[in-house]
Amino acid sequence: MSLDLKFTYTEKKDTRSGFGDGFLEAGRKNPNVVGLCADLIGSLKMGDFQKEFPDRFFQTGIAEANMIGLAAGMAIGGKIPFAGTFANFATGRVYDQIRQSVAYSDKNVKICASHAGLTLGEDGATHQILEDLGMMKMLPHMTVINPCDYNQTKAATLAIAEYEGPVYLRFGRPSWPIFTPADQKFEIGKAWKMIDGKDVTIFATGHLVWEAVVAEAMLREEGIHAEVINIHTIKPLDEEAILESVKKTGCAVSAEEHQINGGLGDSIAQTLIRHNPAPLEYVGVNDSFGESGTPTQLLEKYGLNAENIVKAAKRALARK
Amino acid sequence: MKKQSIEELQNICTQLRRDVLRMVHAVQSGHPGAPLGCAEFFVALYFDQLHHNPDFNMDGKGEDLFFLSNGHLSAGWYSVLARSGYFPVEELKTFRKLNSRLQGHPATHEHLPGIRVASGSLGQGLSVALGVAQAKKLNGDDKLVYLLMGDGELQEGQVWEAAMYAAHYGMDNLIATVDYNGQQIDGPTTKVMDLKNLKAKWEAFGWEVIETKNGNDLKSVIEGLESAKSLTGKGKPVMNLLYTEMGYGVDFMVGTHKWHGSPPNDEQLAKALGQLEETLGDY
Repeated sequence: MSLDLKFTYTEKKDTRSGFGDGFLEAGRKNPNVVGLCADLIGSLKMGDFQKEFPDRFFQTGIAEANMIGLAAGMAIGGKIPFAGTFANFATGRVYDQIRQSVAYSDKNVKICASHAGLTLGEDGATHQILEDLGMMKMLPHMTVINPCDYNQTKAATLAIAEYEGPVYLRFGRPSWPIFTPADQKFEIGKAWKMIDGKDVTIFATGHLVWEAVVAEAMLREEGIHAEVINIHTIKPLDEEAILESVKKTGCAVSAEEHQINGGLGDSIAQTLIRHNPAPLEYVGVNDSFGESGTPTQLLEKYGLNAENIVKAAKRALARK
Repeated sequence: MKKQSIEELQNICTQLRRDVLRMVHAVQSGHPGAPLGCAEFFVALYFDQLHHNPDFNMDGKGEDLFFLSNGHLSAGWYSVLARSGYFPVEELKTFRKLNSRLQGHPATHEHLPGIRVASGSLGQGLSVALGVAQAKKLNGDDKLVYLLMGDGELQEGQVWEAAMYAAHYGMDNLIATVDYNGQQIDGPTTKVMDLKNLKAKWEAFGWEVIETKNGNDLKSVIEGLESAKSLTGKGKPVMNLLYTEMGYGVDFMVGTHKWHGSPPNDEQLAKALGQLEETLGDY
């Protein structure tokens, strides 16, 4: 089957590499950018920065709570700390440290979280955090960003270095299509309408933006014209873009590599229910933990791939 | 900074104790015990040791900075900050009340001068102070970072993560003090969770450790802080084990955990204030 995709790719790369390359560039642009990592420098792709700026990089050992506190302190001293570890250890393990020392204290700390979601793959559910977006978006002051590919992750990393305030940046491990432009401008809090449509809106974030692009082509073959909106910033949410699109299409699907409870879909539902109640179908993990497997197998088994977005779009359409 | 005499400093300690008792009494909530025990430390630090600027800049560049990890000592910290000119002394009457900058536990959200990070959830202060100390090193700033922690607080695992980091990175621009009063909410630390040999623990983690055996004697506290300062700049973090008595200065409050988080009633306040002469004028 050859689909007529509105976005295509020639290369695949992991989003964590987009982070690593963006981090290095941010470090070259601003001498106040510093890095911290809890014994996962290679996995987070922070090694190039460490090599070029050894005096501005701090290996903290396997001690995430301390790392978050250190980052808050460095921010007090005028630095722009990027603290990196796996998303699981960057959120649930250190929630109280983030809450008190970073969010409540409004510190300019960038929490950089790799290996988020099911696509972490074979390591299994202990490491596949599916609750991080919910935890982080509940914190006042926190900005929450989940970019979709290498280029967008790199652009987001550069953007958060220039933004003043606490940020949670989520990215992942698997090699993934690079389908957004290298020279994109990343505007925090501004949704990106990637594909125009009239029948149903697909709001997607992270790796599932690619699945949404594929789903759009599949739906189009059946005569259904879906609008695809890339919600790279979960908080602050671009409510205007959401409402404008749903006003036109009349129904929507949310797609995320996260629990349905507390994720992007919940935020969209809150927006719709207050301003324009409309059918919304969720593509996300339904109150369960993950397991070992390849990213493709896991997205299929847990109902997160393009086929599932297509099914959800049809359910939403039927409810119009 | 003009050095004040021990008598003058002692008067500030007495006033701080009055402030603390009146503050917690007024709202019938808060933690009087530990700040009473740390009055000499607070006053020695702010009125004798710190090179600081009450005009307050968040980044504190070129200044010695103090952080309070055991945030429930807020009443004592607020008093010493107000008395050293960070904000009006009258503001102490807003402690723990609605729309106040003087939150139950220290916070930055209303921008109270002197506070740089929230504390209250225990065990986080050493990490933050180390981050600030690390930033000072990056900024080529040779001033010091001071921290106060509770002894019960050392039961938190994060403290030991930070202890390891401090020695590994040779954080010799930090002086941490532990309020070693041997009490916590549920009782004596020896019964709740024994800290055993604290000096040996910190030494084993690679710290320089000094002991200030009489933490409620102003001269000893100043000597201890001077001695701690003389150990900075030598490649190791410095720990000052400050032996205090919780509730010091009021005969019926001293030496027990019972006044950790309980305010005095009217009669008890009157009795307590009778033992503490008003020196600088009540707020």
